[in-house]
Amino acid sequence: MTEIIKEDMLIVIDHLNCIYEAGTSMEVAALRDINLVIPKGQFVGLIGHTGSGKSSLVQHLNGLLKPTSGTIYFHGQDIFDKDYNLRELRGKVGLVFQYPEHQLFEADVFSDVCFGPKNLGLDQKEVQLRAYEALKQVGMDDDYFYQSPFDLSGGQKRRVAIAGVLAMKPEVLILDEPTAGLDPKGRDEILGLIKKLQTETGMTIVLVSHSMDDVANYVDRIIVMNKGQIMLDGVPKEVFSHVQELEAVGLAAPQVTYIMHQLSQNGFPVDTTATTIAEAKEAILKALHSI
Amino acid sequence: MIRDITIGQYYQTDSPLHKMDPRVKLVGTMLYIVSLFLFSKAAPYMLAVLFLAAVIKVSKVPFGFMVRGLKTIVYLLLITAGFNLFLTQGEVIVKFWIFTITKEGLKNAIFIAVRLVLLIIGSSLMTLTTTPNQLTDGMEKLLHPLQKLKVPVHEISMMMSIALRFIPILLEETDKIMKAQMARGADFESGNLFKKIKAMVPLLVPLFISAFRRANDLAMAMEARCYHGGEGRTKMKPLQYQKRDRIAYLVLVLYLIAIVALGKLLPF
Repeated sequence: MTEIIKEDMLIVIDHLNCIYEAGTSMEVAALRDINLVIPKGQFVGLIGHTGSGKSSLVQHLNGLLKPTSGTIYFHGQDIFDKDYNLRELRGKVGLVFQYPEHQLFEADVFSDVCFGPKNLGLDQKEVQLRAYEALKQVGMDDDYFYQSPFDLSGGQKRRVAIAGVLAMKPEVLILDEPTAGLDPKGRDEILGLIKKLQTETGMTIVLVSHSMDDVANYVDRIIVMNKGQIMLDGVPKEVFSHVQELEAVGLAAPQVTYIMHQLSQNGFPVDTTATTIAEAKEAILKALHSI
Repeated sequence: MIRDITIGQYYQTDSPLHKMDPRVKLVGTMLYIVSLFLFSKAAPYMLAVLFLAAVIKVSKVPFGFMVRGLKTIVYLLLITAGFNLFLTQGEVIVKFWIFTITKEGLKNAIFIAVRLVLLIIGSSLMTLTTTPNQLTDGMEKLLHPLQKLKVPVHEISMMMSIALRFIPILLEETDKIMKAQMARGADFESGNLFKKIKAMVPLLVPLFISAFRRANDLAMAMEARCYHGGEGRTKMKPLQYQKRDRIAYLVLVLYLIAIVALGKLLPF
């Protein structure tokens, strides 16, 4: 396996299985035979219903969970090898948990963001520089730096928590449901921020979500998980063409896709593969012109 | 990692012991513990072991599950048995270096070990077969007469059931926060004691904040449903003694008579 890994294959997941409580009556297979290649710089959307195994999968990517069998290669190296430095890996594969604001603990915003880089063993100057950069990247004003993180609003707290991971300068950023519990404005801000990070820094991003509308506008590739297995994997258009299969497992295509399907069923000749509002607008205009 | 703790856990199955009124189990456990301390003779202990074995059989809880809970007290057991073994005065059997083992010491050590094991298994059998809610219900009913003495019985049992209810939730929360901080490079395992304590701050601060937030939410939810303490509050499933509970009390009394008779009449 190791020999065929190419330079741009950042993460390779090889026959990964994860079984909780193995050997007892409470045995649950969280992940079943997962095989994936995530190339450098890709923006991946990982979608699945609650309990589909998406959170388990991302926790394997930085070695927080150990697989029952199979392994993961990061830059061609087996991360579950005994000699592999997992703490170093966690600096390179940054994982932002669901409700990351619950992990804030320092007296002020700036010190909290310093926690990650400090753990990497960097000198103080570098730590502060990175914290400053990360806070700027998530769009926090200097005025907030020395406030208590607990005085901030929900959306601001979440940005600070994301900055706490960004400050480690990870090569891969994984976000587990980063928009959970935010209002529409907060959601758009966070997603826009993630997209900006990806285009500006070329960072590889894995966005975990259960909402198709969230990811449809932003990602290059969608992986759909169901019952611990990969069900669909492809570019958004391709994945959303399997509307029935998605609905069968309790997911849905973006609202736009439904509108386009309805229009076409009612005899309006539009291109039904549109997944974003911008694409839909173009398709409708094109259809109007051709009439 | 933290989920290996089994003390106080409930084991879901269907047995006569599970269906029994929690008051019977509470009183029974208490009397059983008292019975263990009545005599220091072999015969009553044999009876206590047999009785417990029979109750375990009836409970349908796998024996291995119960023994797992004993692991946590192994050291306590070894230390107490050791003290009794080496420090009791009397008729010497073995003597080497600074250690002397006496006949009385050996007897004491065995008795104390058996007593502790029975005590732990006996009381964990109660929690294994009774849900926390039933347990506090039973306690509230048993302590009800104290209400006359202005003891806030209902409030105490409500606090207990809430506390028990939140143990698994807080364990899960701890696990989650630990992982989140580990993802930011935190290290909870290496380093000396001082370093380890310091490493706990990023875990404990968020945990306390979340505990307070949950407490606040719960209080609000209870008030929204007009909770105002125990006065005039009725129960959906009021505790009532059934035939099986009366039989259980009878068995318990017979056991106590038997153990007292054995202890008084037999010389060993």
